[in-house]
Amino acid sequence: MFEIVAREDFSDVTFLLEVKHPLMAKAARPGQFVIVMARPEGERIPLTLADFDPKKGTITLVIQAVGKTTREMQQTCLKGSALHALVGPMGIPSQITTTSGAAKKVVCVGGGLGVAPMFPQARAYKQAGAYVVGVVGFRSQELVFWEDKFRGACDELILCTNDGSAGIKGIVTDGLRVALEKHPDVNEVIAIGPPIMMKACADATRARKVKTLVSVNPIMVDGTGMCGGCRVKVGDKVKFACVDGPDFDGHLVDFDDLMARLKRFAAQEKNALERWLDSCRMMKTPAEEPTELPDPFEEVRGG
Amino acid sequence: MASAAKKKTIRTIPQERTPMPERDPKERARSFQEVACGYQPEHAAREAERCLLCPDPKCIEGCPVSIDIPEFIRRITAKDYRGAYDTIAATNLLPAICGRVCPQESQCEGVCTVGESLEPVAIGRLERWVGDLALAEGWSSAPYIEPSGFRVGIVGSGPAGMACAADMAKAGCDVTVYEAFQEPGGVLKYGIPDFRLPNPVIDAEIENLRKLGVKFECNTLVGRLFTLSDMRDEMGYHAVFIGTGAGYPSMMGIPGESLNGVLSANELLTRCNLMRARDFPKYDTPLPAGKRVAVIGSGNTAMDALRVSLRLSAEKVTCVYRRSRAESPARAEELHHAEQEGIEFHWLANPLEILGDDKGNVRGMRCIRMALGEPDSSGRPRPVPMPGTEFEVAADIVVFAIGTNANPIIGQTSALALNKRGYIQADENLATSMAGVFAGGDIVTGAATVIQAMGAGRKAARGMKKYLGIYQEDADSKVETLFGIPVYEHNFTRLRAA
Ligand SMILES: Cc1cc2nc3c(=O)[nH]c(=O)nc-3n(C[C@H](O)[C@H](O)[C@H](O)COP(=O)(O)OP(=O)(O)OC[C@H]3O[C@@H](n4cnc5c(N)ncnc54)[C@H](O)[C@@H]3O)c2cc1C
Ligand SMILES: Cc1cc2nc3c(=O)[nH]c(=O)nc-3n(C[C@H](O)[C@H](O)[C@H](O)COP(=O)(O)OP(=O)(O)OC[C@H]3O[C@@H](n4cnc5c(N)ncnc54)[C@H](O)[C@@H]3O)c2cc1C
Ligand code: SF4
Ligand code: SF4
Ligand code: FES
Repeated sequence: MFEIVAREDFSDVTFLLEVKHPLMAKAARPGQFVIVMARPEGERIPLTLADFDPKKGTITLVIQAVGKTTREMQQTCLKGSALHALVGPMGIPSQITTTSGAAKKVVCVGGGLGVAPMFPQARAYKQAGAYVVGVVGFRSQELVFWEDKFRGACDELILCTNDGSAGIKGIVTDGLRVALEKHPDVNEVIAIGPPIMMKACADATRARKVKTLVSVNPIMVDGTGMCGGCRVKVGDKVKFACVDGPDFDGHLVDFDDLMARLKRFAAQEKNALERWLDSCRMMKTPAEEPTELPDPFEEVRGG
Repeated sequence: MASAAKKKTIRTIPQERTPMPERDPKERARSFQEVACGYQPEHAAREAERCLLCPDPKCIEGCPVSIDIPEFIRRITAKDYRGAYDTIAATNLLPAICGRVCPQESQCEGVCTVGESLEPVAIGRLERWVGDLALAEGWSSAPYIEPSGFRVGIVGSGPAGMACAADMAKAGCDVTVYEAFQEPGGVLKYGIPDFRLPNPVIDAEIENLRKLGVKFECNTLVGRLFTLSDMRDEMGYHAVFIGTGAGYPSMMGIPGESLNGVLSANELLTRCNLMRARDFPKYDTPLPAGKRVAVIGSGNTAMDALRVSLRLSAEKVTCVYRRSRAESPARAEELHHAEQEGIEFHWLANPLEILGDDKGNVRGMRCIRMALGEPDSSGRPRPVPMPGTEFEVAADIVVFAIGTNANPIIGQTSALALNKRGYIQADENLATSMAGVFAGGDIVTGAATVIQAMGAGRKAARGMKKYLGIYQEDADSKVETLFGIPVYEHNFTRLRAA
């Protein structure tokens, strides 16, 4: 059992869990993820390590409540409770390199469920001596979180909101374009978020031939290379995201394939969510139950 | 051997092999309850009568861990059941499991003398009966163990890791098994379904290991949470065993493999067995929905995928295999059961392409008939496609069960020498290129069998004991068993009578 020592809610869909796991806090590197089971009957779901603190012995997850499991976690994963299973860190850590001599210039883009996971990468680049431009997106000002943290890890931060209530008005690809124009000498772009957003980022950098890394998020089961459920097409090869990734060259990833494969349990997921919402309805007053589901593919518009 | 005074001959023994009660194919094909119900005492007694107690028993040579088969059978006849168990447990720690899943027809039973003129002695069924009895009676082979002061770390909780853990615990070591999944057991848990090997049997064997003092740490991905060097240099392990299996599933590289509805047998089985997706929505893990399932391959994994699909209420389940029935690597019993349950087999057929609809879902598979040609490097006839014989199989789900490769994580995170196929290199004592680190099971040999993995775990344990200087071999003493451990493996200075 893995104790949740802190919880913070950033909005009605995004929440943070800080979980005690001293060994993992020590071993974790930027770009790695964990697999969590909230309860014994639960599903194994992958979540990126949004932060880790070896001194406190904790790791941090930032979760978007999109379907049955994550919404249930939003209700049940309170401070003082525990996760049934937590395994990781998984995946190959991001290669944080700086060109010898001159510090490297990187743009770190985080949108949707990729905002928080982008943080460790930005921090690591900064610590390695790079000039870091952060680009993060939110739907509106009330939903902005970790702004101070990002400012601390980035040399420049471009905040984007859909309605323009904070930072620039637009989505993260607009922010990325601003960053690339201001800094023509960018060596590397890292993009984390919904596939459609990462695809747009890769498209934006392709013509300029700027190396672009993306962190893919296919459906996973074990996270140890055993099921092949997480396979993605990268160039002309098939890779397992959990052991060969999750970071890949964004110019080679077949995002259409990734998005199609993410829908492979859509019917069952909908069924599970509806049943669960029904059972919640029976348990409490119907007042504040969410009516519309945020589509994970639409999150780009929200960030 | 007084009881063998009246010499049995092939004419005096019961001629027919004693059948094992089985549940009806129609009824069982929709249920996850165990298919084969096991012997009753009278069945076991009768079948034990069929063994000739050969002076030069071939069956022992056929068993990868050389169980003293005539001896345990003799003890069944003598109603010394505990003795029968101790005889088996001297070399096989998991009789209830191996009795169920060993490919007996190509191992012990395949060379049994009785089998030359009649059906061979049902060694596996007898072994299972003894194993089940031991579990029911709570027998274990736990001796009094005095700590040796050594700490041993085991990576992976499949049969290889379990066997190595047990032997090292019996030698007085402080043993911890690390497992990446949330539950121990390896393929026994996530791969082999309940109707063939019920979970309580595995859990009981794991409980026996706990009684020996073995600790299990699940949710631990070795290599990533800590490395092999960390185990040795920082965590204080004097020796480490790696039994991480060969889980990485292969695909064929034909068009259509990324369509929705295409998955590996490992994914299907893990979802169904370990994650209990068969009880969706009580359990959250979903399964791909499909009425027509096609499985490619014909090994044990394929049989499990086929029969699981049937039980998940598919209407039509088809097996496509490029060689003929005779070359099918599955256990004879599983193949037979699959046929009884109504699986349709396309022998000598190979898929060329998986066909999709306009939504990106599988709708079928285009295949070609094959003919058997010259033997290939494995000695089996090479299948060659026959031009102009293409045909389609309708399917909403296509499952690949065509083999696996080495799990890459330990290789990625250590300096261990690997062979060119990515498996860990080990010498005849199963020592790897890192001092104090041993490896065995599928991660060394490639996909094999449960009993071979277990045998490798024990062999590595012997290597480890030699390495730690706690191995005592008394060449003169004839092999005898005390507390379930062969005498030559006893560490007499540390072992006292229980
Ligand atoms: C490497 C990786 C890192 C991730 N990091 C984060 C993160 O930091 N924060 C966050 O909020 N989300 C993250 N996700 C996504 C998260 O795993 C899914 O949102 C979650 O599994 C949804 O489960 P659900 O039951 O709530 O929703 P469902 O209704 O089951 O599914 C909603 C969507 O999530 C996808 N999904 C479902 N099951 C899985 C699964 N087992 N593995 C991967 N995707 C799945 C589906 O394609 C679907 O579109 C990550 C995914 C991956 C692969
Ligand atoms: C579906 C199926 C059916 C089969 N049927 C039969 C049968 O009927 N008869 C038979 O004899 N054989 C059968 N086999 C083969 C047999 O199960 C295997 O040969 C045997 O289990 C191999 O044992 P192992 O201990 O080497 O590895 P495994 O059983 O594969 O166990 C390895 C364990 O290590 C864990 N692991 C991997 N990497 C790490 C890591 N880095 N850190 C921590 N843990 C890790 C895995 O999660 C797993 O639990 C079958 C195999 C399959 C897949
Ligand atoms: S372990 Fe397997 S091969 Fe050996 S005797 Fe038992 S069933 Fe036969
Ligand atoms: S070979 Fe057959 S008959 Fe002979 S001892 Fe072995 S099991 Fe008995
Ligand atoms: S999640 Fe199973 S192989 Fe990657």
